Amino acid sequence: MFGKKRVAIVGAGVTLFRRNLKETGKELAYHAAKMALEQAGMELRDIKSVVLGSAPDAFDGVHMKGEYLADGAGAYHKPYMRVFVGGGTGVFAPLAGWWHVASGQFDTCLVVCEEKMSSCFPHPQYAFTTIFDPILERPIGMNLIWIFALEMHRYMHKHNIKKEDIALVSVKNKRNALDNPIAQLGANITVEDVLNSEIMAWPVQRLDVSPTSDGAAAVVLVSEDVAKEVTDNPVWIDGVGWCIDSTHWTNRDLYYPDYVEYAARMAYKMAGIKNPPKEIDVAEPYDPFDYKELHHMEGLLLCRKGEAPKLTREGVTQRDGDLPICPSGGLLGCGNPIAAAGLMKVCEIFWQLRGEAGKRQVPGDPRTGIAQAWGDLMQYGSVIVLRR
Amino acid sequence: MSRVAIVGVGCVGFKPVTPELSFKELMFEAAVKAYEDAGGLNPRKDIDVFVTCAEDYLEGFSIFDEFVPDQLGAAMRPLFTVSGDGMLGLATACMLIKTGQFDTVVVEAHSKASDILTYIDIVQFGLDPVFNRPLGGHPYYVAGLEMTRYLYETDTTEEQCAQVVVKNRGNAIFNPYAAYGANITIEQVMCSERLFHPLKKLEISTPADGCIVMVLASEEVAKKLTDRPVWVRGVGWCTETPSLETRDWTRAVYTRLAAEMAYREAKITNPWRDIDFAEIHDLFAYKELQHMEALKLCDYGEAGKLTEDGLTSLDGELPVNPSGGLLGMGYGLEASGLQKVLEVVLQLRGEAGARQLDDVEVGLAHTWRGVPTATGVVAILSNVE
Repeated sequence: MFGKKRVAIVGAGVTLFRRNLKETGKELAYHAAKMALEQAGMELRDIKSVVLGSAPDAFDGVHMKGEYLADGAGAYHKPYMRVFVGGGTGVFAPLAGWWHVASGQFDTCLVVCEEKMSSCFPHPQYAFTTIFDPILERPIGMNLIWIFALEMHRYMHKHNIKKEDIALVSVKNKRNALDNPIAQLGANITVEDVLNSEIMAWPVQRLDVSPTSDGAAAVVLVSEDVAKEVTDNPVWIDGVGWCIDSTHWTNRDLYYPDYVEYAARMAYKMAGIKNPPKEIDVAEPYDPFDYKELHHMEGLLLCRKGEAPKLTREGVTQRDGDLPICPSGGLLGCGNPIAAAGLMKVCEIFWQLRGEAGKRQVPGDPRTGIAQAWGDLMQYGSVIVLRR
Repeated sequence: MSRVAIVGVGCVGFKPVTPELSFKELMFEAAVKAYEDAGGLNPRKDIDVFVTCAEDYLEGFSIFDEFVPDQLGAAMRPLFTVSGDGMLGLATACMLIKTGQFDTVVVEAHSKASDILTYIDIVQFGLDPVFNRPLGGHPYYVAGLEMTRYLYETDTTEEQCAQVVVKNRGNAIFNPYAAYGANITIEQVMCSERLFHPLKKLEISTPADGCIVMVLASEEVAKKLTDRPVWVRGVGWCTETPSLETRDWTRAVYTRLAAEMAYREAKITNPWRDIDFAEIHDLFAYKELQHMEALKLCDYGEAGKLTEDGLTSLDGELPVNPSGGLLGMGYGLEASGLQKVLEVVLQLRGEAGARQLDDVEVGLAHTWRGVPTATGVVAILSNVE
């Protein structure tokens, strides 16, 4: 069930995630790419193709941002392309890297994700006002917090979920992030702190939300032949999946992300996973808001619909629980430089499976992990299955 | 390596304006045509992956990907955006099929240029925000400077560049998909306004609206769907550098490297002999000549002379841009690569009507991403297995 060639990740790198970094986007891309190449023990001249992921051009005010970032990402004189699926880009970019190698077209591919949100002044939320339909929705003056509030409300209502249970996700992820050197908002907070934080758009409060951020991440993908030469410890990409729902988000029931389930089923089928909760040892679902982690756990079939809050309350998703979720600290703890945050999740699974996650290492010698991101207008799921 | 064929094409446009159709309707119409052309496919069941090629600023959205699935029949299906030219989507489709996981892939690219009120301001936003943009001025001056350098280094004449315009707009008269076919003379081109010295008004392609959708399939499926598949023998793509200061200004290195990659895969050793005709990116007239040389279809500095001698005209030895090129069809923004591929497919199928070339077996399609980029894609297509 694999491509003509099996594809391995052999190196990963993530820069600091911060609200306002001095480095330009090109420099961030360079730093992440350099770290990933160093871990792989490879040089830029070994790289045969480059894939870039980055979210809207409007953040940077640069048209064709992929072209602009090309030299920073190491694409000089190389086959290079940028893929873009909104917030799902971070996990989607390594999927694009996968087919560069699995097709037999190249035996190495450098995947770089970069985000520089601080150059969007005064706040990147303004860039998001133009993701809506220009006739039906933009005149209302919507922003992202509103639509997340709608979705969160619907999810809470459908399963009768208390805000206290959702707040536990924020508490867990921000605490996990204390052990992550890149993290922007690692903290020891309590459920009370979340419930007492500023209300943005009910039921979304300040501490339910991940912060905007600058940062970059990169991974090196190689074919099986090259993997054997450069490492004893490759992590294989065994499943890829992605799916987009209709543009008309107002017509669907927001309580459950069907598109994530479709993407997960595509990836599980490729990886031969039949019983996800049993066969998956560690997961990094997308958590730009705390309820989204729960929402996506259900979409990824890691538990039944409406059951994710219960697992969280019982500590199953803690780093030492039966099914560790977001051991990196996730977006809530590490920050949310959109495309880079998604690829950071893939890097985290890579390090967890190699036993290189340091203080964040989950116990029990994990062998299979997944990362997932979500994007566009509440309509995109991208999923990757990694195995040691 | 498994082989990939183009089994269906659909095109709407190209027209100077399309007030009667939204971008979604353009895409829908082209998609329906392509699915029918491929033997009546149902996109909800028969297509494995959808690739759309678009840039946010040209669409006026921050995440254009959102607005794509429904009109292609791709809702709740695997779809994604390549932020680039349609031919990068074609390259992606080939890779997807070669993984062995997918049998049918759809590629879409379009232009709704008439909706863009400030196209040049958008191009301006493509310049480096620190080093280049603050200098001000129209971004096409970059092309004017490059043309100056190219003419100086290669002894190509301005009249030879003008000849490209005469040829391409003349070819476009025979192309129903072309917006700007015309009988013009070298004198008219030479007398047109010098907008970005030495680049003249008639040497610059005018944007046009349109959409192209293509269906690609693996060898096994292609043979079931159609008896006239067009095989993708090789694809190459390359980015030189975004830096205006350090790139090569005469030789279009990005095109040379992309061509070398495509030729390697297609096992082409002598492009002039092995290739019957070529569709080359001609956003500016001199670019057709510069790209011909980078594609090794002739020696460095020779393209102008060949054009002057008529070797690249419809009845020449190596017809270049029989479609009319972008100068004749209109510049389809991110669809310009697929405009090139479309013509090669139609010629290889023998469906090019009044501009049909005789006995063609191997065609080349080439694209470039326009000012200020240095990214190019080359594909070698053939109607022979």
